[in-house]
This record gives sequence, structure tokens and C-alpha cells, in this order.
Amino acid sequence: MTRESVAVPCHLQINGQDYSADLPPSVTLLDLLRERLDLTGTKKGCDHGQCGACTVLVDGKRVKSCLILAVSIPDATVTTIEGIAQDGRLHPMQQAFIDADAFQCGYCTPGQIMSAIALLEESHVHSRAEIREFMSGNLCRCGAYNGIIDAIERVVSQQHRNQAGEAA
Amino acid sequence: MRSFSYSRPTSFEEACRNAGHTRFLAGGTNLIDLMKSDVERPAHVIDIKSLPMHHIADRPDGGLHLGALVTNADTAAHPLVVERYPLLASAILAGASPQIRNMATNGGNLNQRTRCHYFYDPAMACNKRSPGTGCAARGGRNRIMAVLGTSDACIATFPSDMCIALAALNATINLHGPDGERTVGVRDYHCLPGDTPWRDNILQPGEIVTAIDLPPAPFGPHHTYLKVRDRLSFAFAIVSVAVGLCMKDGRIERGSIALGGMGTKPWCVPHAEALLEDQLPSHSLFRDVAERLLHGAVADRDNTAKIRLAPRVIERALWQAAIGTPQSQTDKAIR
Repeated sequence: MTRESVAVPCHLQINGQDYSADLPPSVTLLDLLRERLDLTGTKKGCDHGQCGACTVLVDGKRVKSCLILAVSIPDATVTTIEGIAQDGRLHPMQQAFIDADAFQCGYCTPGQIMSAIALLEESHVHSRAEIREFMSGNLCRCGAYNGIIDAIERVVSQQHRNQAGEAA
Repeated sequence: MRSFSYSRPTSFEEACRNAGHTRFLAGGTNLIDLMKSDVERPAHVIDIKSLPMHHIADRPDGGLHLGALVTNADTAAHPLVVERYPLLASAILAGASPQIRNMATNGGNLNQRTRCHYFYDPAMACNKRSPGTGCAARGGRNRIMAVLGTSDACIATFPSDMCIALAALNATINLHGPDGERTVGVRDYHCLPGDTPWRDNILQPGEIVTAIDLPPAPFGPHHTYLKVRDRLSFAFAIVSVAVGLCMKDGRIERGSIALGGMGTKPWCVPHAEALLEDQLPSHSLFRDVAERLLHGAVADRDNTAKIRLAPRVIERALWQAAIGTPQSQTDKAIR
């Protein structure tokens, strides 16, 4: 059974670029990114909000793009894994994931990195236990969790060093 | 997902004009999931996020007003919630994941549907999803199912953590519908399944939750949200307990307690809470409270363990509250 669905205007800013189109309301943000904009860095894992592979930032907050209708976030700012490197340099979190051996197959990695970037903004990084708890929305079937926490701790200490440097 | 039409009204009048088979969309964490699973099949989705329900504000009685569209994450992190309602913040942080809490709203939390596996699978019999088809959870794999408030028609567990704290806090739910506004106590908001398990709550067609009002909660440090589950994070409760105690000089003046993971709705027994009035904390008192709370619990097949586990979780939670050492949702050790 198919029903007529009227396309709805959708305006977003994605990785700094304006995007406008009329979309069927059933298109999720995840499917918009992957299927229509070729931004395939954001992964589809469970497609039910359980695995975190589809994590992106919407207006700076980490969310699961598989459970968001693209038309339901008018004028939002969306940041995906493709939008975090600057001037050809990896984001410090991306570099830390490489340095700390924080992935094996890599499928969950974009979601882990986006989630970890938001985690630092939220300041839930006071202990390993806190990092674990606040990264619980991102599953890693390879079990690279220790490496992932190591990577996040590296970026936290880098930030502390930078802040200390600025203070001195 | 089946196709549907979509609108985003900016007034209650427009939103509540319920035309045919519609669903209200807020955070979407439950509705979109259910639509993907073909459990929910709305012809029309009304996005209510443009309605003015985004604020947390003081109330004249010293309580707090929580807008229905404030996210769970923003509610748990709000300075007034952290200061006055740490029990609520704790219960919210015990549920879901950071990403889900960034999306999910307070109104949506009240209206989320059961996570019964049989409800989620359109191939299975389920009176809640498809009235009259039977209950495959009965006699099925049912260790997560409810043991309190069940009926022949349905043993689906009510899933929320936040609502268990709201029940202990005796919150009031504000509604706006085609016939105007009304309020209802949170303990009367959800329905027992009885022989109408498809009715989760008392919402009428076209009616929207606009806010949750919290009365003052003078518990100080004497509260806890203790949640026991299959994995330490991002899992629904097997048993959870929200407790708030008003204490003076080591004595309990009165107490409030609600169970999650056990019932077909947030489970409260005023008769059990009454036992706490003007008593010193003791093992025998807390055992009696647990016994009254669990009176009438019935296991089906795999969920007998809940009935054996629950008294221990209830007693531990009451001690945590009495001593003033609420359960940490980061350090998972239960002390």
C-alpha cells in the first residue's frame, strides 16, 4: 500500500553549505546525507537508533540521524564526519583515533568520532567511567572500546595542555 | 517506512484539529522507530515542535514547570532541575543514550510505547498493536515483561525511567485538546491494560501533553534512582526504583516510591508509602514496604526472577535514600 505524500520544503546547512530541496517527509536525515548528497561517511548500522553509527551534529548537538525526518529540522546546521577536517588537516579527534588504534573494521568510527567531539563539548570527560557512560550510545562490534576511550583521553589532555600553554 | 503527509502547525488550535489517522511528532525517537518497524502507520504526521512548549520555569508554589518539548538532556542538565530535582535528573540520565536524550522530549517520554518484542513484530499476535489478535508474550520469551498490573490481554512492561521519577515526585501533566485544557496527576495518566491494552494513557484524540508540573520536593539528599538492567548502560530496566524521603533527625516523616520495569505502568502503592510515615529506617520496615509494593505480582514464565530481585532493589534504594547517598549514574557500583 502506498499513499500519496506531498513533498515538503527542506532547508539545511550541511558542513557549511546550504542545501534546499523538496523532499518526501519520510526521508530521514541519514538517507538524505547518504543517498541524495553522497555523504556516505555517516553510516547506517541498525537504522533504529540503537547503534550510533549514524551520529551527526545538529545545531552542535549529537543526534541519531536515522530517527530524524530531514524536513522536521528546518534551517538546522548539520555537521557530519566529512565536515570536521580543516584545511586538509584531520580534526584532533580523528588523529587521536588513528594514534590510539581506536578502530578495527572502522564502520562505527565516524559515529564514534562525532559522538566524542560532542562529548568534549558537553564536558562529560572527568573520568574513564564517565567517558564510557556518555559514549554508551555508540556500539563497536569489534570491541575497540579501550582504544576509543584512550583516543578521547588523548584529546582531553591535549586540550588541557593547550589551555595551560595559553594561560602561561 | 510507509509514506505519509506532514504538517507543522504553529498553533494548538491547528494542531489539535485531529483529522483521521494522525500521529504527533516531537523528538521522533520512538515514533519514527515504530514507523520503520511498521507498527505505527499514520497517514498524516503532525510535527508539534513549533508549538510554544520549550521552557522550564519556576512555579509560584516553589515547584517547576517543564515544557513538553524540552529535551530530556536539557531537562536533566537544567540548573533548577539539578538543584531541586536531582531524582529526576538521575532517572533521565539512567535512560537511553546521550544522542537519544538530545532528541527525546519530556512529553514524548510520557507517551513512549512498550518495548515488548512481540509488540514490535507485526508478524506476532499482540493485543496492544492489533486488538483482538492475542498476546504472544504470554507463554513466550517474557523475562522482560511486567509482573504487576498485567491482564489476560497484555503483559507489556512500561519502559520509561523518567516517568518513574515523575511518579515518585507526584508530577501533574498538563494537556491541551480540542475541548480545551485539563490537568491530570502522573499516577493517573497511564492506563492498566485490562481488556483495552491498546490504550496506553488517558489522552483523547487530538490531545497534546503541553507540560509537566513538579510540586516542591523537600527530599534534600534523601532520594535515589536505582536501576538494575542487563547491561550497565543503554538498556531498559529489569527493576528500577525511584525514592524520595522527607527526613528529620534520622526519622522518615513521609516517603514516596515508584517502581519501573515491573509494571504495565509506573507502579505506585500509596498503602506501601504510608508505612514509611513517621518511622525510623530499618530492615524490617523496608522489607514490609517492598512486600506491599509487590503485592499481587504474577510471573508468567521467564520473569519469575523479577519478583525475587525486586525486594532487594527496593530495600537497597530505600537505604540509599535514607542514608542520603543517591545512586551514581556514572559510577555504576551499587552501594
